[in-house]
Parts: sequence; C-alpha cells; structure tokens
Amino acid sequence: MAEHKYLLFLGCAIPYRVVAYEISARKILQRLGVEIVEMPEFNCCGLPLDPVSHETMLILAARNLAIAEQKGLDVVALCPGCAGTLKKVSKMLKEDKHMCEEINGRLKEAGLEFKGTVTAKHLLQVLVEDVGLEKIKEMVVRPLTNVKVAEHNGCHILRPKEYIGFDDPEDPKTLKTLIEATGATCLDYLDETECCGAPSVGVNDKIALQLARDKLNHIKTVDAQAMITICPFCHIMYDTNELRIEKMFNEVYGIPILHYPQLLGLAMGMSPEELAFNELRVDCSKILGQVCEGGK
Amino acid sequence: MTETAEKPIKASEMDPKFKYEISKMHGGEKVMRCFQCGTCTSDCPVARFSETYRPRQIIRMTQLGLRDRVLNSDTLWLCAACFTCTDRCPQDVEVASVIRVLRNLAAEKGIVPQMFKEEASSILESGYAYRIPELRLKKRETLGLPPLPKGNPGSIGKTLREIGFLKCVEKKGG
Repeated sequence: MAEHKYLLFLGCAIPYRVVAYEISARKILQRLGVEIVEMPEFNCCGLPLDPVSHETMLILAARNLAIAEQKGLDVVALCPGCAGTLKKVSKMLKEDKHMCEEINGRLKEAGLEFKGTVTAKHLLQVLVEDVGLEKIKEMVVRPLTNVKVAEHNGCHILRPKEYIGFDDPEDPKTLKTLIEATGATCLDYLDETECCGAPSVGVNDKIALQLARDKLNHIKTVDAQAMITICPFCHIMYDTNELRIEKMFNEVYGIPILHYPQLLGLAMGMSPEELAFNELRVDCSKILGQVCEGGK
Repeated sequence: MTETAEKPIKASEMDPKFKYEISKMHGGEKVMRCFQCGTCTSDCPVARFSETYRPRQIIRMTQLGLRDRVLNSDTLWLCAACFTCTDRCPQDVEVASVIRVLRNLAAEKGIVPQMFKEEASSILESGYAYRIPELRLKKRETLGLPPLPKGNPGSIGKTLREIGFLKCVEKKGG
C-alpha cells in the first residue's frame, strides 16, 4: 500500500496544453509510492476570475475543497496557482467565520460544505515533506552529473508569504535542493525570483514577452543547459514562446524548458519517451544526448 | 477605457469616502497605511517594462478618492499578481489585493478585459477555464491518461448568477 495518498488537482492549464507535466508528475509520484486518486468532480480553482470577482474565486475554490473533504483526502496540485488559491482560501475561511458562513451558504444548494478538514499542497511540498529528500536520492539510478540547469520557481509557489507559508520567497531553496538531489548542478543567476510574465499575456503581450526574455537572458549568461519549472503557466511562457521571443528580439537561446518531474524522472532511469519529452517545443536533444545513451 | 492619469486633478474629482469604501473590502483594509515610499513600484516586474503602470500611483489615487480615474484606467489591468509588492511593503499594505479590489469595482461597472470574459464563459460552460478541444481529450486516452474529472457547470452557473457575477461578464465594454 502506498504510504501517501492524494487527490490530484490538475487545474485547467495542464490538460489544456501542458500534458508533459501531468504525465511526468504521475510517473514519478507512482514510483515514489504516492497514490493518486482522481478528483470526483472538478471546477477551476477560481484564481483566473479573482480580478473580476473575489467572491466568485472564493466560491470556486471552496467548492473544490468541499469536494475533497467529501472524499476525505488531502489535495496535491501540480499548478502553483491552484495550490496557492486552495491554500489561501482554506486559511481565509478558517480564520474568518463570517466569510465562511457566507460562502457555505452559497455551496449549500450543491450539497457541499467547507469544514476545513483537508490540506492542499503543491507537488514540491509533497516531494520534500512527505516523500523526503533521502528517499528521492535513493531512487536516483542515473545521477545527472555534469548537467547544469537553472531553476525557475515562479510566483505563486512562494507568494504572498502570509498565505503560502512555504520556503523563503526572497531566497527559495526547495526547488534547488530537489534539483541537486538528481545529481545536477543548479546555477544561480540574476533576478531568480522574478515573474515569468504569463499573467500579462492577453492584457499586454509585449510586457509579458519582455519579462520572459529578461529571464532567458539571465539564464543564458550563466550557461544553463536547461530551465527547470514547476508551473504550467511559466512553462508555457518560456517553452511555447522561446522561438517567438528569439525572433521578436533577435536573440538566440536554444534553452530547453523542462518540468521538474521530467528531470527527476530521467535521474530515476525513466526514458525521455515515458516522460513525454516529445511534447516540449524547444529541442532537448543535446541535454538528452548527454544524459541518456543515444538520447533515449 | 481612457488613460487620464496625466491630467491635472480637480478637487471635484476627489471622493473622500472612496478610501473608506476600499478599506472595508477584503484585501483593501490597509490601503490608508501607504506612505508612498515606492517599494512596490521599484520592485514591480511589470513596472520595469511599462511606461504607465505604477502601483504606488494606483494606491495614491485610491487614497485621494479619484474613483473614476482609477477605475477607468487601463493600467489597473496590467498587474501580474506576482505579489512581490504585497510581500515587500514596509507598511503591510496588500498592494496586489488593493488592485484586485479596484478591478472588482471596475468589473461591476462592466469594465472587464475580454480575456477574463472568455475564461468566465468557459467556466460556466464546462467548469474549466479553457475550452479543451475534443482532440486533446481523445489524446489523453491514447497517452494512457485517465479521463478528466467532470465539471458541474449547471450548479456553478446558478450560484454565480445569484451573486450577480454574470452581470459583470455579460455586460458590454472592456
């Protein structure tokens, strides 16, 4: 029997266009003994609508938490936006009785009630807090020695610190430690904690792409062979847009953008095919050639 | 939406009650603490690349009660909600949340960028913020992934109608 059991909160962006993250995350969790149960019912975590209606966001998040409570299982989210929203709303409703009553009044007709009995975590937290670094290191059969990468945490895994309460937003260490557990080197670079720009896409694409370019420049400066992300939106921002940014600003990067579970999966001996590397836009053949024999 | 921030301020534009209204809303409670140090703007990733987006200015306009200017301003929608300003504010103002409160008020007036309307309508149709094409759902099967959990748009739509949300996203404008 698995030691840890979680409801998987996929969110909207991952099934929409970041399937490699889901595939690789499921693979590593299974191998690490974390049992995954599918959500019986799902709706958007609410974050995308917070700018339009805070109350709508609260209702949508609380619905998901109440569904998880009915299942009696804690939630693991792969998207930091979803994880952050579920955490934040859970804390808000627990601390504000009046708000909790109001939201529960809205959920009543659907036969749901938020009681605050389940916890929501991001994948990284499950890896460090439940599985543990020692076990992860034990599972590494193909240490990624000589591989030099740069991490990108993104915003919602860390901020706002009052609600997220995970790692140090000014000097985050968790992802670095997890990258180093694979045997790879995690390089420091300028403005590591800066936003990818994804939330500005659709409102002002130019600002969004300038932000993404800025980070790619900093990563190129330190000669990273890849960028490691843990957020579907950050991943889209860099992987999907890298070619566009290269053309738009006359730059050359060629930096592959990997989901952390893909990196860990490689170190655990899985093949690039199993880890859905073929779903990535930026060519990964160089780094795969270095890690695996014949790149397979 | 028009950009009016650069025009001189007239006393008649200022609504002294506005800041109290914002202070009563969730996330806006500490808006009056801002002493205009500018930490939010200097640390803002969007402000680095925008000529117009200045979170400090938005907070000051709110304190001064420049309701129409701030709610009609395009720049209100540029915040990426990275929460750097909130985390670093020496006065503990939840800058990003004040901006969200202002956006909510703008939305009540029907000012909502198209992108949010699309996400809202998708959630009301399927529970998901994006319309996931049939082809991708089929691809999940071939990849050996379990089917996606179903949304309950009927139930969500009913609740969101009750709270008046639908009016924000159905109105023209934005």
